[in-house]
Amino acid sequence: MSSDPEDDYVPWIQQFCESFGHDYFVPVAQEFIEDDFNLTGLSLQVPYYREALYTILDYQVETSEDAPTTNAGNGLRSGSGKRSDLPNKLLLSHSAELLYGLIHARYIISKPGLTAMASKFERSEFGICPRYYCDGMHLIPVGATDIPGQETVRLYCPCCSDIYLPLSSRYLNIDGAFFGTTFPGLLVKMFPEIENQCKLRINKVNQDNFGIRLFGFKIHESSATGPRMKWLRQYPALEEERREYAECELELPPANDGGVDMSVSEASEIEPDFDDDRTMASEGI
Amino acid sequence: MSAHGNNNEPFTDSSSDFTEYWIDLFLGIKGNEYFCDIDDDYIRDRFNLTGLNQEVAKLPTLVDIITDMVDIELQPEEHRDSLEHNARVLYGLVHARYILTQRGLNKMFEKYKNGDFGYCPRVNCQLHPLLPVGLEDLPRSTSVKLYCAKCEDLYNPKSGRHAIIDGAYFGTSFPAMFFQNFTHAMPVHSKETYVPKVFGFKVHEHSNLDRWRSLQRRKLETRLTGYGIDIHNTSGGFVEEAAPEARAETT
Ligand SMILES: [Zn+2]
Ligand SMILES: [Zn+2]
Repeated sequence: MSSDPEDDYVPWIQQFCESFGHDYFVPVAQEFIEDDFNLTGLSLQVPYYREALYTILDYQVETSEDAPTTNAGNGLRSGSGKRSDLPNKLLLSHSAELLYGLIHARYIISKPGLTAMASKFERSEFGICPRYYCDGMHLIPVGATDIPGQETVRLYCPCCSDIYLPLSSRYLNIDGAFFGTTFPGLLVKMFPEIENQCKLRINKVNQDNFGIRLFGFKIHESSATGPRMKWLRQYPALEEERREYAECELELPPANDGGVDMSVSEASEIEPDFDDDRTMASEGI
Repeated sequence: MSAHGNNNEPFTDSSSDFTEYWIDLFLGIKGNEYFCDIDDDYIRDRFNLTGLNQEVAKLPTLVDIITDMVDIELQPEEHRDSLEHNARVLYGLVHARYILTQRGLNKMFEKYKNGDFGYCPRVNCQLHPLLPVGLEDLPRSTSVKLYCAKCEDLYNPKSGRHAIIDGAYFGTSFPAMFFQNFTHAMPVHSKETYVPKVFGFKVHEHSNLDRWRSLQRRKLETRLTGYGIDIHNTSGGFVEEAAPEARAETT
């Protein structure tokens, strides 16, 4: 019924955030985008950068489709009227989304962005941890890398400090770089209550007690089908383990290593604890 | 189809719309994908039902309904709903026992391979198939959970339909029995962990904990090697990276 086109006008950013599968995004504040400092380096990453930026800010942008053609109404798609320096609509919308995503990754680690994302986190808009022992802990979106086009978005649980795939397939084509690698760590640092929520959960359930059982009996680790992954969720509890933990503060194993080697020097450091641990393990049966 | 009149789902699997078998109808109900098909012979053997008369009333009638010896439509109308409900409870409780038998395990193995129980949501588990498990063997205590043998952890079912199923219909022993039986299905465990980073640097407390955990893992590896268990790139062992260079940072 509305004859005035202004009534139907939806800002680009709002449209983007409301479209299917985009519910992890927050609207980036106009002032943030208008501050050139926040956009440093992005012109090198986004094709048709200027046009993409104008699109996001709702300025009129000329596309190759808009360019005047000499013979309108001609059935043949004559290229004569098209200006090659203009992006077509599809290319432009792709560039605008890429640019917005990269700005978004920067925005959510700024103070206003963090605050906006924290409210979404509180409302559980990123879902809850699928892990049973995390007892419904709210998740935080994260990228495996900051380079766009590599990996889709993942969800970080501050309780088990692990990453999960989103529950719904609608997020399977959302670029992880639009959230970035830094965001969850920063969010948890800025809002210490998150860590308190986790501590409550970790203390509430005795996870160490879990292990698959056969007619009530735990399988011993010396069995071929025995447990192998207890370490993955383990916390230092005993005094001896706390001491070990303190020793792991800066090294052992090397910081950039996922446990690849077991170098001689490290192995010898492990040796003295060996027997103590064996006693512990047999007590746990 | 009025036998399922108390089922709120507007849709049942179309393939079962015209069969008359109770079990097929039951398995066709949306949300019952975790259950396998129990042999009639197993349900009719009174030995397998030992103790279950304490859980459900009119056990013999329920057995007849499940095995299609009695048509639930011929029962007095006021009893039908409760009979149908109890028949489902009985099926679940017998199911927990059946899936510990060789035939039951084989059927569950097919479902496992098929991904009928879903896949582990943990990124480092790379969609490893899950197994249903109960936290208790007594009915009506806790709902079913899913066990990932790769990370050896428990997850909540994705769908609300599955999340309300009684864990006692699968029991606490099922995953352990499953892997005792199908040792080759034991996964090669990943050592990869996630440590949060801020501006490219790993968060200190997290990398401290991560190092301590990998120390625990190494001690386990030492013990396992001591037991004479091969753990290098083998079922029940760990993925070994060829060389540190091979997993050079992608970023
Ligand atoms: Zn968690
Ligand atoms: Zn897993």
